[in-house]
Amino acid sequence: MNPIEIISAILISVGIFFLFAGTVGLIRLPDLYCRMHSTGKADTLGITISLTGIALYNLNDGVTLVSVLVSLKIMTIAVFWFIANPTATHAIARSAYESGIKPWTKEGTVEVDLDEQRAKEQK
Amino acid sequence: MDNFILTASIIVSLICILSLYRAVVGPTDVDRIISVGAIGTKTVVLLLLIGLIYKRLDMFIDIALCYAIINFIGTLIFAKYFMRKGVL
Repeated sequence: MNPIEIISAILISVGIFFLFAGTVGLIRLPDLYCRMHSTGKADTLGITISLTGIALYNLNDGVTLVSVLVSLKIMTIAVFWFIANPTATHAIARSAYESGIKPWTKEGTVEVDLDEQRAKEQK
Repeated sequence: MDNFILTASIIVSLICILSLYRAVVGPTDVDRIISVGAIGTKTVVLLLLIGLIYKRLDMFIDIALCYAIINFIGTLIFAKYFMRKGVL
């Protein structure tokens, strides 16, 4: 177990822990928006860390140009997902709110009247 | 190290099954799309781990990249469809 393997093993396990944390949030949290909040953030972090672990492990058998390029390609997936996941979560949250799903509060869902709220914004 | 990657991929697939619960139970259909998106995120990691097991990582990277892009676009299109007015 040379050091690169140990470091990548640690990174992959930490990434999987964050993926697990996102799933726990997805199951336990009370409301749609809280679930979106947890999966959007925890999964992105989980993917970034585990992909860096995999990219690092790929450099294990000799750092040639090919393996560096392959690792960089893995990192492009991480960067793409870093940009794409928040955008998708935002689009979903906005469309859910626009179509009238009310956020959860302690005493149940709050009655937000969209039109009256927009009228206030216009003023 | 191979055993570690094998157990890691098994754990990731178990987490996928765990987040399938919300897809089945989820009261609103937006919950279902969120859990499917979460499963898609884990599948990207799972694909790369399988690529490591098969020692053919450079092939599996393209699969994982295409999967990530398609998952993202699918979520976007659902968001647009789900909204009555169709404006993102």
